[in-house]
Amino acid sequence: MNAPLGYFGDQPAQRLIPAEPIVRLEKISKTFPGRDGQPVTALREIDLSVPQGSILGVIGRSGAGKSTLIRLVNGLEKPTTGKVIVDGANIAALPESALRHARRSIGMIFQHFNLLSSRTAAQNIALPLEVAGYDKAEIRNRVEELLALVGLTDKRNRYPSELSGGQKQRVGIARALATKPKVLLSDEATSALDPETTRSILDLLAKINDELGLTILLITHEMAVIRNIAREVTVIEGGRIVEQGDVFEVFTRPQHEVTRSFLGDEAGRVLPPYVQSRLTLEATPNSQAVIRIGFRGPHATDPVLARLAREEGIEANILSGAVDEIAGRPFGTLVVGVPENATLKTLDFLKKHGLDTEVLGHVA
Amino acid sequence: MSPEMIRLIANSTGETLYMVAVAALIATLFGLPLGVFLATSGKGELFAAPWVNRILGVIVNATRSTPFIILVVSIIPLTRLIAGTSIGTSAAIVPLTIAATPFIARLIEGAIREVDQGLVEAARAFGATPLQIVLKVLIPEALPGIVLGLTLAIVSLLGFSAMVGAVGGGGLGDLGIRYGYQRFMPEMMLAVVVVLIVLVQAVQSIGDRLARHLNKRIRHG
Repeated sequence: MNAPLGYFGDQPAQRLIPAEPIVRLEKISKTFPGRDGQPVTALREIDLSVPQGSILGVIGRSGAGKSTLIRLVNGLEKPTTGKVIVDGANIAALPESALRHARRSIGMIFQHFNLLSSRTAAQNIALPLEVAGYDKAEIRNRVEELLALVGLTDKRNRYPSELSGGQKQRVGIARALATKPKVLLSDEATSALDPETTRSILDLLAKINDELGLTILLITHEMAVIRNIAREVTVIEGGRIVEQGDVFEVFTRPQHEVTRSFLGDEAGRVLPPYVQSRLTLEATPNSQAVIRIGFRGPHATDPVLARLAREEGIEANILSGAVDEIAGRPFGTLVVGVPENATLKTLDFLKKHGLDTEVLGHVA
Repeated sequence: MSPEMIRLIANSTGETLYMVAVAALIATLFGLPLGVFLATSGKGELFAAPWVNRILGVIVNATRSTPFIILVVSIIPLTRLIAGTSIGTSAAIVPLTIAATPFIARLIEGAIREVDQGLVEAARAFGATPLQIVLKVLIPEALPGIVLGLTLAIVSLLGFSAMVGAVGGGGLGDLGIRYGYQRFMPEMMLAVVVVLIVLVQAVQSIGDRLARHLNKRIRHG
């Protein structure tokens, strides 16, 4: 094969993040006509920017409006009000033919892969190129490049029914990349896959983002997806953005109840049953205060409890703990019990050392 | 069985095959685009034209609910206009085609509607035009279903063709009525039925095999 394996044959992958975001949603609202004549509002006043070269994850429960949100970006849905700017063009206002052209620079992958059962892996990947009018030789070269990129060269003549879920999604990714898009939209792309396969698909997406500089906007209801791949996260609920920012910041200091609920079953957020069952809101004479301590960044490795005992004379009783990784950075959680009369002093001490604290309740 | 009878059966089989083949071909030519349009012109679909869709739907249903023998005699003027005559095997092709077209259109509509909407969405997402979606996604994906539908239509046409004896169309059904029933030759009736059974079996198994070959959704072997 003579063609370079590179993604952009003519330009190197961009490392610098330019000021102008590649996707920008401005004051987007979307209302659907309801069944009983009552209009249903799916999105309200959404403002969202996806910087070039980034991986932005949108997380929300089902029905939060995330599907509508991602489908606005390639014009599969039109907003009721607001602008959808992709690479400088307002997708919401483009006439149909210009929109079709614009869609070639916006790839999309789907939860159920949406591959043609009548075409082989290679033929599925070739489809967007046929539609765009590439000649046969170009299509053949491009398809080979893409098969190599997603690691399916030996499966080129297999039909989707002969491929595993992960392999099908790899074909979906190759197809989405065929016309060299600037943005990749991922609509719950790993939700139908088992955790191990999810991991390998996310690794592939991260590799594509890294090596090709491709911007990725993904929607999901799975915390694991956000934690493993996204750098920025937007949490939506009831059609509104409730929290937004750096993944590590948002998930180590969740402000909104929905954000906390996504962290709900993550390591360190669940109390052991013997603590949970005895937890009360009110302090009693012999009870201990239960405090959750979050260790982030530079303080994650400080021997804080030893110092607490030495400097303040407070002996904390460890109830549970876990060390986890979010967006590639270590994050520890420790749940401790301290005597009620030492609660304030403990909280002061921990805050002084830059740790996050939360009083969960009291146990007798 | 006399050589005369065998000659009659051979001739009638030829007439039946001729009528059914030509009618099926022309009806598919009209029925395929009509079926695709019916499947894609509903509200919010690729070629959204809900009113046209509804009107065509009514016409298709009206044609399909007219008993075939009534259709044959009531369109005699039209048959004369198209075929130059209203009597004979070639003339019989006109009512057969008119009866089969809406039938085939409905079968193709059904096959197209079976195609996963996710594929249409994916094709729209990578910038395919509605026509490209029909030609490169819907028809190839629906092909096994279309082949089964056409098989069913051909089998039905074999049945319909038995009635065109009423306008001198000839064919196996006509032979069975004239010799088997009116001249009371039960062996002729039996022979006609056997030939029809063989024809239907052959058409059905070729159709099934072709559809199975085209269907890549299930693993082979």
